Amino acid sequence: MELLLGQVFNGFSVASLYLLAALGLALSFGLMRVINMAHGEMLMIGGYLAYLTLQVVPGPWRLVAALPVAFVGAALFGALIHVVLIRRLSARPLDTLLATWGLSLILQQGARSLFGAIGVEVTAPAWLDGGISVLGIELPAVRLFIIGVAIAVLAGLALLLSRTRIGLLVRAVNQDRMMAAATGIDAGRVDLVVFALGTGIAGLAGVMLALLGPVTPTVGQSYIVPAFLVVVMGGLGSIRGTVAAAVILGLVGSLAQISVDASVAQVLMLVFVILFIQIRPEGVVANKSRALDV
Amino acid sequence: MSPLPDRLLEVDGVTVDYDGFKALDGFSLTLDAGEIRVVIGPNGAGKSTLCDTIIGRVRPSAGRVLFRGQDISKLPEHRIAGLGICRKFQAPGVLASLSVADNLGIAAAIDKRWWRSFGFGTPPAEAERIAVILERIGLAGRRDVLAGTLAHGEKQWLEIGMVVATEAELLLLDEPTAGMGPAETTRTAELIRSLAGDHSIIVIDHDMAFVEQLAARVTVMHQGQFLMQGSIAEVRADARVAEVYLGRAK
Amino acid sequence: MFRLKRQFVVAAGVAGVAAFAPFVLGGYDLNLLARFLALSLLALGIVLTWGHGGILSLGQGVFFGLGGYALAMHMKLTPLAPGEVPDFMMLGGLEALPAWWVPFGNPGFALLAVVLVPGIVAALFAWSVFGRRVGGTYFALITQALALAFATLLVSAQETTGGFNGLTDFQVVLGLDLNGAEAGRTLYWVTLLVLALGWAGVAALLASRFGTMLRAVRDGENRVRFLGHDAAAYKIIAFAVAAMLAGAAGALFTLHAGVISPAMVGVVPSIEMVIWVAIGGRTSLAGAIAGTLAVNFARDAISSAFPDLRPYALGLLFILVVTLLPGGLAELLAARFRKVAR
Repeated sequence: MELLLGQVFNGFSVASLYLLAALGLALSFGLMRVINMAHGEMLMIGGYLAYLTLQVVPGPWRLVAALPVAFVGAALFGALIHVVLIRRLSARPLDTLLATWGLSLILQQGARSLFGAIGVEVTAPAWLDGGISVLGIELPAVRLFIIGVAIAVLAGLALLLSRTRIGLLVRAVNQDRMMAAATGIDAGRVDLVVFALGTGIAGLAGVMLALLGPVTPTVGQSYIVPAFLVVVMGGLGSIRGTVAAAVILGLVGSLAQISVDASVAQVLMLVFVILFIQIRPEGVVANKSRALDV
Repeated sequence: MSPLPDRLLEVDGVTVDYDGFKALDGFSLTLDAGEIRVVIGPNGAGKSTLCDTIIGRVRPSAGRVLFRGQDISKLPEHRIAGLGICRKFQAPGVLASLSVADNLGIAAAIDKRWWRSFGFGTPPAEAERIAVILERIGLAGRRDVLAGTLAHGEKQWLEIGMVVATEAELLLLDEPTAGMGPAETTRTAELIRSLAGDHSIIVIDHDMAFVEQLAARVTVMHQGQFLMQGSIAEVRADARVAEVYLGRAK
Repeated sequence: MFRLKRQFVVAAGVAGVAAFAPFVLGGYDLNLLARFLALSLLALGIVLTWGHGGILSLGQGVFFGLGGYALAMHMKLTPLAPGEVPDFMMLGGLEALPAWWVPFGNPGFALLAVVLVPGIVAALFAWSVFGRRVGGTYFALITQALALAFATLLVSAQETTGGFNGLTDFQVVLGLDLNGAEAGRTLYWVTLLVLALGWAGVAALLASRFGTMLRAVRDGENRVRFLGHDAAAYKIIAFAVAAMLAGAAGALFTLHAGVISPAMVGVVPSIEMVIWVAIGGRTSLAGAIAGTLAVNFARDAISSAFPDLRPYALGLLFILVVTLLPGGLAELLAARFRKVAR
């Protein structure tokens, strides 16, 4: 029982990471129908930025300083990628996959040249040591912090989309790009902002990864494939669907680990997604759309 | 209940619900064999959804679609197509990297089972049909041109040709004259009139000049519902039609 | 337009010339060429699926691996006396051969498995995805997850798959002594023959009505469906055929490299396979073979001289080819020919 509860908690904390990694992918995919294969490297950049911040900033609360640094750094990087690469390829989703994968190779090797292949350690601050005990299971503070950050990001995003002007523009372009453009909305600008926002969130995810283990040039790779599966399962352009898919996959992965090892659990996640497609090919949250895709 | 022998299509109280928005709301329509029917209505009246429902792209949440008396509202799309219903879409969608003849060939294929595709060339019966249609749609001289390089009007005719090539009994033509000039529109109307008798046709359009040239019965839709039906003159004279087209509330 | 006769003539001509390579090249270079010709066989399948079918698979390494492992398992079993188990299994503490290994002792079964296992796995996988109308980017992402899962499984099931090191140290295949003087040449010719047959076969497939249907599905899948065709069937078949080619390529590659390991089948190698074809020209069979040879020879040269440079070069190549030259070298050459002809 304790094992089960522990794995459920673990599932939620892994799901939080999947969600932070997948939100940016899902936002851009909904809006532009493209997937950025270098998204995993945005996590990596966030991780290294956290490491650098902790080198420079003193004091116990320096982790809090690392969050905005990682967010802004990764967002700027994302904006650059969008301007240089994504925008040029926006009508060719499969080519975008390939080009951004090339970029991911370059970024990984760049990190290897700058920081070495071994990886750097980020020590979690003292206030994240220990944990609390609930129902006889020990909940590590780091994991609680990660879940908290994911919830905060989600709440912030929901506020942004529902209450702000940019949120309104995003929803307009998401609904009907041509119509939005016809009413004078600069859809390209909206794409850029959303893309940068998404990579910024990935940067935050990178800080979370840095708390769990060393930051290596390939640190993003271990979370990005599950994040892709979250996007596949989530349903086009739906944040609710992305959240649900992240939680489901996080739980499937960690509950599977009660009886099988981690690598088989990964296979089971894939099998689960394929089975899921049989039942709901349109994703967890289906947007019945009239958009013609003939 | 046996349907009348000459009744080809019966849309019976169909409702289609897009997340709370009723694109079709208890809509009914019947079509006899060999008839041309024009469906008009303001934007958002549900005309395209009607086509989508008949060909099985959209599933009704209530009501039935009967084709020759058989309920087709739950069949997969390719089965519906196999029964003899074919639709031309609103957005021009010829197969761009295939030649004009290959586009027609794919539509004209008599045996559409995949394992029959492992062969070369076009079976003679289909080649003959393709040649006839090329003449009919006026593209005989352009049979080997890539469809993606055709002019806009030519693409529309090719698409009508593809629909005809399926030898479907019921053709659904969604805005066949979109983006055409008056001369092209007249030619298209002639083409469609020449198809009646061999096929039953539902035409969706809102170009009244074109609708007049078709000289067919007209069904008017509004907000997913049946509004009225009659000749073009009757429709023009109808106060309710004028109201919905002018956008006044009832 | 796909001119079949010309394809046959070119394929036969190229194979005829390449057949003399063993008399010109040294042992090492011949081995490299043979490996890359085996990889070209896989590239033909990518032309079929991606170039003509619009299906981007980032998991071709899986089918390559299935073919490679099928033959490797057979080669591990050949020299054993009854009751013995391969060396790595003994190290892992296994005393009896796992049941799923047993049939691979039969050469006929192993050879069939080289193409049929990838073909069947691919067909089932594609049927479960395309059959539900899931395609495009979604399909690419799922195939990548498949590649990751496959490689991870191979590593974790150490005692029955050889784990991270894979299967290696082969002595004999179907009676041919792999350490013998003639082995290199013989295997080279076998590879060349299989490649030429594969080339002709895929060319025929692309020129048939099937090829037209496949391109039609790429251009407008819904349109084809509403014209009464089962669009998914064409994608499933193309994907399965590509997987069979990948399986045969994996088996041949394993013969030349003397090893098959998870490092050759995972996410990164799988996506690299696409770039070979992107560079050569995604719709051109000759281009795909040329691209595979060019990238791999260049890669071999760069890797030994400047190992750090390889990811930069490969990454940049991806970006530049995809953004600036989506038709690949084949398009560049075709444009040049048109200019000359004018």
